[in-house]
Amino acid sequence: MKTCKDISELLSESMDRRLTWGERWAVRMHFFMCHSCQRFQQQIDFLRKTAGRYNPKD
Amino acid sequence: MRGLPVGLSNQTMVKNQLNNHREMLLRYALLQVRNEAAAEDAVQETLLVALQPNESFRNESALRTWLIGILKHKIADHYRAVEKQLSIEDHCDSDEKDPNEAIEQLIFNDKGHWIGTPGEWKQPDHALEQNEFWVIFDLCQKNLPEQHARAFMLREMVGLETEDICQDMNISHSACRVYLHRARLGLRECLEQRWFNSKRAL
Repeated sequence: MKTCKDISELLSESMDRRLTWGERWAVRMHFFMCHSCQRFQQQIDFLRKTAGRYNPKD
Repeated sequence: MRGLPVGLSNQTMVKNQLNNHREMLLRYALLQVRNEAAAEDAVQETLLVALQPNESFRNESALRTWLIGILKHKIADHYRAVEKQLSIEDHCDSDEKDPNEAIEQLIFNDKGHWIGTPGEWKQPDHALEQNEFWVIFDLCQKNLPEQHARAFMLREMVGLETEDICQDMNISHSACRVYLHRARLGLRECLEQRWFNSKRAL
């Protein structure tokens, strides 16, 4: 059984490569019972959006 | 009436195309040169080279790779010039945070559960409109170990693929993955504490 720590790693990696079928399945199963990791996913999505708009000269 | 000479209209097109990459190049340069003026100079010189005719690219990604290639040379020139001016100084990185310090230990317990579960972020898009948020974001980035911040910026701001980041930073693929993950954990934690959980976000 994967822990939140494992799942957070997978979620982070999913930003950089396509997860395997098994990995995606593990994430789905985990999401059924874990709201925190769902939030983590939304938040790292937001980090990407934020970084994309970042202007170092501001 | 004759239309614009073909060469001229082409050049305008190239200029527009290059302008789209300017921001990305500046981000890249700022990662390498911690001096804004020098970073801007390097970017301008890169764009000057790129404006010379007879360069055409299949796609934006090929153009980006080529531009970064030139920029790297310009940055190397900058460092050579600086070295000439200064006598060699000892680099003192001892006060830098240890990048091997595992942030995971602060965030997950022995069983792999969140110690402090990620909270709800209210109106995250609203934050992007506020200048104060960007100050905090900047601060949170600077709080990361330098290598983690660098990997994150190369990925999310410059838009490099992980393979290119490994090469650029001369690190293994697994180190790259760990840096990116730790940067995200660290930034998330910092933004939550300093922005979303504080009164600023309200």
